Amino acid sequence: MTDREVVISIRDLHKSFGGTKVLKGINLDLYRGENFVVLGRSGSGKSVLIKVIAGLLKPDSGIVNVLGLQVDLLSQKDLQALRLKLGFIFQSSALYDSMSIRENLEFSMIRNFRHLSTKEINIAVDEVLEAVGLREKINQMPSDLSGGQIKRIGIARTLILRPDIMLYDEPTAGLDPITCTEINELINEVQRIYNTSSIIITHDLTCAKATGHRIAMLQDGNFSRVGTFAEVFNTDDISAKSFFDYNFIN
Amino acid sequence: MNIRESAIRLINRIYCTLKKYRSGDDLFTKKIDAFFLEVVDVHKFVTRFFKELFTKPFEFKEIINQCYQVGFKSVPLITLTGFVIGIVFTKQSRPPLVEFGAASWLPSLIGIAFVRALGPLVTALIAAGKVGSNIGAELGSMKVTEQIDAMDVSAVNPYKFLVVTRVTATTIMIPVLTLYCTLVGLLGSYLNVHLNEMTSITAYFESAFSSVSFLDVYSAVFKSIVYGFTIGIVGAYRGFNATNGTQGVGKAANRAVVFSMFLIFAEEITIVQITNWLATL
Repeated sequence: MTDREVVISIRDLHKSFGGTKVLKGINLDLYRGENFVVLGRSGSGKSVLIKVIAGLLKPDSGIVNVLGLQVDLLSQKDLQALRLKLGFIFQSSALYDSMSIRENLEFSMIRNFRHLSTKEINIAVDEVLEAVGLREKINQMPSDLSGGQIKRIGIARTLILRPDIMLYDEPTAGLDPITCTEINELINEVQRIYNTSSIIITHDLTCAKATGHRIAMLQDGNFSRVGTFAEVFNTDDISAKSFFDYNFIN
Repeated sequence: MNIRESAIRLINRIYCTLKKYRSGDDLFTKKIDAFFLEVVDVHKFVTRFFKELFTKPFEFKEIINQCYQVGFKSVPLITLTGFVIGIVFTKQSRPPLVEFGAASWLPSLIGIAFVRALGPLVTALIAAGKVGSNIGAELGSMKVTEQIDAMDVSAVNPYKFLVVTRVTATTIMIPVLTLYCTLVGLLGSYLNVHLNEMTSITAYFESAFSSVSFLDVYSAVFKSIVYGFTIGIVGAYRGFNATNGTQGVGKAANRAVVFSMFLIFAEEITIVQITNWLATL
C-alpha cells in the first residue's frame, strides 16, 4: 500500500470551535483507488474532518494536502479548480430543491465547462443517471424522490464532474437496510468504474465493512485504531468492542 | 472615609470595570463586540458584491430569472396597493383643499406626493416585505440545508449565483416598480377626481405633472435604486448567514424585512434632506 500514490495527506490537524477541541492532531494518508472509512460516534468530528479537506472549514493548525496542494493556502480560484477533482456527498445530499434532477446534475457542469455543447452535457447527464440507475427520474423534482434515490442523485451530481476523490458524509444515514446495501454497492461500483479514492464518514459498521479497504476509529479527536475491518474490531479494546456490539448485536 | 481612600476606591472601581471589559465577561461588552464584528462582516459582504458584479463569468440568465421573480411577480400587489392609496389619498385630501378653495390643486398635490415620496416609499416597503423576506427565507433555507456548501464544493461560486443575481435584480426592478406604482396611484387618484369633478384624463395628468420637476423624478429614481439595493443586500446577507435550522430561516426572513425597512426610512430621510438642499441651490 505504501508504494501507491498518496492523494490526501493530513499531518497533525487540529480544529476547534470556540473552546471545544474537535480534532486533536489527526494524521492520515489516503492512497489512490482506496476506500478509507472513518467511524465514530455522533459529534466526534468526522464531518468536520472532510469539511476541512474540502476547504469548507479552515484548520487551526496542521497540514492538509489534497492532490499535492495545501488546501488552506490556496486562493479562491485555485480552491475552485481543486474542488473540480473532489466529489462531496452531503449527509442530506443537499440537492437544489428549486431545480429538477436534470438541472441539479448539469448545474455545476454548465458553469465549469462552458465550452461544452448542450448535446455533450445531455450525454453526461444520461451517463451518470444510468450509473446510479435512475435515468427515468431526470425530469422530476428532488421532493418527488425517496431517501435512497436522493442519495443516488447526490452521488450522480458529483460523478458528473469526474472527480478523483469522493468524500461521503454518512452515505447510509436514515436509510432502510436494503437501501443501505444498495448504496454500499454503488460506492464500491463508483470506486471500481471511476477509479476514485474515497473517504467515507459513517457510524454504520455494515457500510464500513462493505466499502472500506481501511478503517479508522475517531475518538476524542484522534484516530484510535486504524487498519482493516478485522484488525480494528478483533480486539478487547472496550471502545471498539462496544461500537461493534451495538451495531451487530443490537 | 478620607479623600485618599475615596480616590483609591474610585481607581479600583475603574480598574475592575476596565478589566471586566477587556476579559469580555460582561454581556454588554459581548454585544458591543458582536455588533462591530457584524459591521465588519456586512462591509465585507457589500464590498464583495461590487467586486463580483464586474468579474466574469456573468450569470445573465439567472439575473433575468430573478428580475422576473422580483418584478413581474410583484405587479399584482403593487397594482392593488398603488391604486388603493391613490384613491384613498385623493379622497382624504379633497375636504381640506375644498375648504380653502384650492380643489383645483388636488392633481398637483397628488402628483408631487406620488412622485416625490409615496411611489418610491410604498413600493420599497411592499418589496421589503415580499421580496426581502423571500430572499432571506430562500437563501436561509439553502444555507441550513447545506445547498450553499454543495454549490461551493462543486466549484460554483454561490455568492455570484445567489447574491449578485438577486441584488442586481432588486436594484433594477424596484425603480421600474416605483414608476409603475406611481402611474397606477395617479390612475386611482384620477378615478376619484373624475367621479367628482368629471375631469378628463389629459387635463388631470397635465395638472398632476405641472408641478413635478426633473429633480423630483431624478431623486425618485435614485431613491428607488438605493432602496432596491438595500432590500436585496439585506435579504441576501441575512439568508446567507442563517444558522440554527428552520428557526434560523424564520429569523433570517424576519430580520431581512425589519432591517431593510429601518434602512429604507433612514435613507428616505437622508435623500430628502439632500434633495431639498439641492433644490435651494
